[in-house]
Amino acid sequence: MLKYILHRIALLIPTLVGITICAFAFVRLLPGDPILAMAGEHGVAPARYEELKEQFGYNLPIWQQYTRYVGEVVTGDFGVSISSKRPVLEEFKTLFPATLELSFFAMIFAMLLGIPAGIFAAIKRGSWFDQSLMGTALVGYSMPIFWWGLLLIIFFSGYLGWTPVNGRIDLQYFFKPITGFMTIDTLLYGKWDAFRSVLRHLVLPTIVLGTIPLAVIARQTRSAMLEVLGEDYVRTARAKGLSSARVIGVHALRNALIPVVTTIGLQVSTLLAGAILTETIFSWPGIGRWMVESISKRDYVVVQSGLLLIALIVMAVNLIVDVLYAVINPRIRAA
Amino acid sequence: MKKKLTFAAALLAASVLGGMANAKTLVYCSEASPANFDPGTTTGGNDFDASSRTVYSRLVEFKHGGTEVEPGLADKWEISDDGLVYTFHLHPGVKFQTTDYFKPTRDLNADDVVFSFDRQFNKENPWNGDKYLPNLTWDYYTGMDMPKYVAKWEKVDDLTVKLTLTEPNSPMLANLGMDFASIVSKEYADQLQKDGKMADFSTKPIGTGPFQFVDYQLDSVIRYAANPDYFKGKEKIDDLVFAITPDATARIQKVLAGECDIAPYPNPADIATIKANKDVTLMDQAGLNIGYMSYNTTIPPLDKPEVRHALNQAIDRQALIKSLFQDAGATPAENLIPPTMWSWNKDVKTDAYNPDEAKKVLEAAGLKDIQLWASDRVRPYNPNFQRAAELIQADWAKVGVKAEIVNYEWTKYRSEGKKKDRPGAFQIGWTGDNGDPDNFFATLFACSAIGVSNYSSWCDKDFEDLIQKAKKTSDQAERSKLYEQAQVIFAKEAPAFLLVHSQVYAVVRNNVSGFKMDPLGIHRFDGVDKAE
Repeated sequence: MLKYILHRIALLIPTLVGITICAFAFVRLLPGDPILAMAGEHGVAPARYEELKEQFGYNLPIWQQYTRYVGEVVTGDFGVSISSKRPVLEEFKTLFPATLELSFFAMIFAMLLGIPAGIFAAIKRGSWFDQSLMGTALVGYSMPIFWWGLLLIIFFSGYLGWTPVNGRIDLQYFFKPITGFMTIDTLLYGKWDAFRSVLRHLVLPTIVLGTIPLAVIARQTRSAMLEVLGEDYVRTARAKGLSSARVIGVHALRNALIPVVTTIGLQVSTLLAGAILTETIFSWPGIGRWMVESISKRDYVVVQSGLLLIALIVMAVNLIVDVLYAVINPRIRAA
Repeated sequence: MKKKLTFAAALLAASVLGGMANAKTLVYCSEASPANFDPGTTTGGNDFDASSRTVYSRLVEFKHGGTEVEPGLADKWEISDDGLVYTFHLHPGVKFQTTDYFKPTRDLNADDVVFSFDRQFNKENPWNGDKYLPNLTWDYYTGMDMPKYVAKWEKVDDLTVKLTLTEPNSPMLANLGMDFASIVSKEYADQLQKDGKMADFSTKPIGTGPFQFVDYQLDSVIRYAANPDYFKGKEKIDDLVFAITPDATARIQKVLAGECDIAPYPNPADIATIKANKDVTLMDQAGLNIGYMSYNTTIPPLDKPEVRHALNQAIDRQALIKSLFQDAGATPAENLIPPTMWSWNKDVKTDAYNPDEAKKVLEAAGLKDIQLWASDRVRPYNPNFQRAAELIQADWAKVGVKAEIVNYEWTKYRSEGKKKDRPGAFQIGWTGDNGDPDNFFATLFACSAIGVSNYSSWCDKDFEDLIQKAKKTSDQAERSKLYEQAQVIFAKEAPAFLLVHSQVYAVVRNNVSGFKMDPLGIHRFDGVDKAE
């Protein structure tokens, strides 16, 4: 098992190198110039432009800029934001809990609805329920997040007034974050009102961010379940006279969930990508919005280090999923 | 230790929660997170709303809702006859804010004023460079040409400061009302330097302004409290909160739902919804801006004024404005400066739509092809360059001129566009900094701005003489006359097609009073009140 894990980690090294190159190159391939972006509408005199280029190291050959960047990253120095002048890692640490909290709730939402819906659709295969569920899942999967988010805000917050428009908590509540997770912090302070406010603020962004994973999980659960239900041992179980609930709940479900676990792991990247739009619409102070704003400001340092940090997280999650999968399914380890 | 901290935080939360119940709180839905809270180091309007206009004051201020300069921290000032020496007399007894991170031991004095400017240009000042913050560029200080004009700042006595210039420069006074000229506390800076916490200067601001900083949760909420020692009297609202809401539609929904009291920059598409709502008011004002299209006046046949006039006449400007701005509306521009600015010449009119006349001139000049530049960025003075380009292209086609649309991303667009040999017509615009006409005329069309922001590469001797003379003249009435003449020359020479001065909007709940739209595009909360 240890050998398997080490092997997986070793495989990550070329990926990591690739990511540093991509993060570095993509940012530089973006049209636009960080120095002109900084100067705003004024523009900047040619002499001053050259001076600033030197100050930021953009006058060096590209390969030198790259090696300098990698050298810094290896020592844990992710640089300092061009616009805010704060260390990138510090900003990331402040903002990441908000993204994690939202992603966590979105995933719970997707799983709680997606898995039962998938199972039910598989059992009732071909029924109107199955048909409409899979149709809805397809719509959910194809839903443009931006449009979906604004639609929910306008209807539930604007028209019905049931949910707050955006933000993480009502503005009347004010406390220093302890963990950065609002649900946990409000409980630590023992503020039930504030906790309820946090939950109310989570409703819409959770639905918006969870929609695509929900659709994927429902479809995956259905097809995995259908496959398992056709297996010999399920037929045997039925032949033995076991109740339908026991056949499905005990015999089929456990095996059907194996591919679903992998799907859930893979949805982490979907969640982080979706967070970019969801956080922008819902004024959610997380890393998605941070990246969007940094791109428009041409804050090279934040964009490339932010990309790298997000990629590291996705890789770590994938590693954990791989290992978990190997634990559940020993055949993988040998392969 | 951790337990203690948690307990202290809980106490703080409890006290604030308790305090908020009776306090009058104004919530402003701002459009973006501030880069930091030191206005000398930032350039964005949202940065300034969150720092200089709330926490800080300046020697002189712009009149609330206007562009005229009025006394600020300086009660009065004298300008020497040669226009080179400015002597400012500070208001006595002005206190810097007392917060949980700084307790001032003295009032504002001349040292603070000298320090506030010295740190922006003096490389020997420890606050000028990396010791304070990495990669500092002081963009506004250099952008407004301060290093060129300022010879020195001197303390005469505790309440008197002297500024000496290298050459007369009348817009200087307006410059000193700008955000980068906010006065910071030298005592606070010294204390942070001693404690080795210099970076805190940009995250925990101390000023003399109407509100004092309480807390900032990154990308989420900024909190301020009314400054009890404010030298112009404590504000009527107790707490000011910036709820950072980047999406325009969400921002407006928040005002409509009563979660915010004021929000800037609605989408044009939402204007009708806002107008239909009884609880809110849509405030507007002609912005201090100009949308225009520069012809390269050095490349034939665009070097001939009659050709440029003909191209202007071929454009159906009314239809173009309607298509671009829809319900939001905009004022067609007759001059380079907007009508709200002093020295605007009401007798000058730009070219009227006359395609028949245009066709004759353009045919005679042999102009068949032209480049027409467009970018991807939404600007207040032009929400859609591409759409504008297509409409102008269609209008020009009617007079026999085939326009090829050239596209670039915004920063590349401007760097390519300002090259002296850039061909054709280049769409661009400007939002004023300080309400001084010089900030439009000289910034955009001075000979020295060629290659920087004079996209027409236009250098007209008569025009240049007038604007340079106006720059050196102290008397505003006299300056006004010079600029009025400059506008006549501009209209005659037509180095550009003038499009619009766009409106700026804010949505305000009806129980809010005292909020004024500002032509400078800033959002101020001094003097604002809220009925329960």
